[in-house]
Amino acid sequence: MRKRTLLALAAATALMSAGTALAQDKTKACFIYVGPIGDFGWSYQHHQGALEMQEELGGEDKVEIAYLESVPEGADAERAIERFARSGCNIVFTTSFGYMDATNKVAAKFPDVKFEHATGFKREHPNVATYNSKFHEGRYVQGVIAASLSEKGVAGYIASFPIPEVVMGINSFVLGAQSVDPDFKVKVVWANTWFDPGKEADAAKVLIDQGVDIITQHTDSTAPMQVAHERGIKAFGQASDMIKFGPETQLTSIVDDWGPYYAKRGKAVMDGTWEQVDVWGGMADGHVVMAPYTNMPDDVKKLAEETQDKITSGELNPFAGPINKQDGSEWLKEGEVADDGTLLGMNFYVEGVDDQLPQ
Amino acid sequence: MGMAEAILLTIATAATPLLLAAIGELVVERSGVLNLGVEGMMLMGAVVAFGMAYMTGNAWFGVLAGAIAGMLFSLFFGFLALTLVTNQVATGLALTLLGIGLSGMIGEAFVGQPGVKLGALDIPVLTDIPLVGRLLFGQDPMFYISLLLTAGVMWFLFRTRAGLTLRSVGDSHSSAHALGIKVIAIRYMAVMFGGFCAGLAGAQLSLVYTTQWIENMTAGRGWIALALVVFASWRPWRVLAGAYLFGAITIAQLHIQATNLGDLAGLPGPLYWLAGLVKAVPSQFLSSLPYLATIVVLVLISRNRRLTMMNTPASLGRPFVPDR
Repeated sequence: MRKRTLLALAAATALMSAGTALAQDKTKACFIYVGPIGDFGWSYQHHQGALEMQEELGGEDKVEIAYLESVPEGADAERAIERFARSGCNIVFTTSFGYMDATNKVAAKFPDVKFEHATGFKREHPNVATYNSKFHEGRYVQGVIAASLSEKGVAGYIASFPIPEVVMGINSFVLGAQSVDPDFKVKVVWANTWFDPGKEADAAKVLIDQGVDIITQHTDSTAPMQVAHERGIKAFGQASDMIKFGPETQLTSIVDDWGPYYAKRGKAVMDGTWEQVDVWGGMADGHVVMAPYTNMPDDVKKLAEETQDKITSGELNPFAGPINKQDGSEWLKEGEVADDGTLLGMNFYVEGVDDQLPQ
Repeated sequence: MGMAEAILLTIATAATPLLLAAIGELVVERSGVLNLGVEGMMLMGAVVAFGMAYMTGNAWFGVLAGAIAGMLFSLFFGFLALTLVTNQVATGLALTLLGIGLSGMIGEAFVGQPGVKLGALDIPVLTDIPLVGRLLFGQDPMFYISLLLTAGVMWFLFRTRAGLTLRSVGDSHSSAHALGIKVIAIRYMAVMFGGFCAGLAGAQLSLVYTTQWIENMTAGRGWIALALVVFASWRPWRVLAGAYLFGAITIAQLHIQATNLGDLAGLPGPLYWLAGLVKAVPSQFLSSLPYLATIVVLVLISRNRRLTMMNTPASLGRPFVPDR
């Protein structure tokens, strides 16, 4: 009787260790998404990046991927992240700004698990890294295109929340536009949501009724593109290539390409060389990719490509002086370039934006 | 198209789904049942309407399928809350959660597919009448359906015997039962009508408002519809007014945001100053205005307790178990 129990125990232990050995062969990468992977925007692109990483690192035999969709930012996120950390994930990617504190909290409890937080700035523990992309570089190119194409000299901008990321985008767009047409105007509408197709559509309709002939958005649904298509004006996509929703409407789109970064970080975990980093990659690093330039004349397309090349090569920086703040006071002198810290905390408009920034 | 006309058209599109969902829920609540599952039923309506229109290429099939889907989904609530006498609040919430999940699952294949738009009417001479032509004769069919339904509900509730019966069930199910009225059967029909209307509201969202299916695309409109019913103190015409007030504030605040002070440079001094004052209001506040307005009206209404009591269906949310 007793012998049998011991035997069973041994068998169980053997089984368990076999299980562990199996798990160690594979690297498990886990992802927390703020929206559905079918949003064709932000979360969709992160998931594409995850799949690209898996393929890059040897497919399903080498890398196991787990993900949770539509995880609300805040307290719920902490439980989701902790569940992943407990379930044997080697590395956890939390892909929205609002997961910042939850990520750091869970990281404290699981020092052996690596955590990567997108768009945040808190790295309270050695096992937390942060990464982000310079989307504003793409918005500068969009501004150049908008000012070259617009007949009325006004573009509509559907914004989500007045956080630095979004403010930076508006400023960059305006600077790009004014490099072509110094009198170019932008009408900004704050939707105060990342995702509400109805409201985003309403905002687009309102902007068009008020006379804009180009629309750009920093909200996540494809609704504005569709309204632009119905009303026969042009628009820019958001976060992913939205050409399918406006084949005759989309000029280009800023595509977030997370694949190369995810592959690099996954590889580092496999090799045991993972280290804390704070990465802010732009066009030069392949993080920010522009969808094909469509629905525009060749000269505008050429100008857009040139602008993109200049930004990629580092010849052009959207935030290079001289730039004044909205009230006319000096921000950057000739030859000065904005530092990352100021940009990542940007809470003011540059000169030429005719809108009050909600504080 | 003039600016005023454009604004009114946008308001009508924004108000229609609220009106449709709220007028259905009003009938449900008038019969004494509180169904908090409006959001879930709307989503089911939206996804089925989109799918049907996408597969058949005909938006009208979509509208019909959406309404029926909402109705069938509400039957599920009816079975639990009326036949099995579960807690109505909990069951309604569960229906919303189920609707969000189920519609997301059904709609997975439809995400990112081009939809079929239920086009606006275009009656040759009438639609071209300046100013009012487009507003009266050139809107999408759902706009007219929502108004007809509202008028129909008003007539049914207060001008027909059946309506009186329904209201009596909502006010005192025991008395109604004692009079030989089939309380449960009537409540079932009311719940199904509510589901039908919520399904229509969903169809409007995925076939008219944005012509696409996206997970959770109602974005809280079902809850606003529920608030509207209370806001309207269970009166159909007030639901109509409330839905349009809500739509108007939503659109107006977007217009205020989109109007830059630079555009108004030609205005006389005091007006320009006033515009500056309005523009200084943060957009977060403007965005929350529709909700604030709802709360303010609710407070004003509930100040007069006697009036509130008079309008509220007395048996609202109370389970009914017939004692033979």
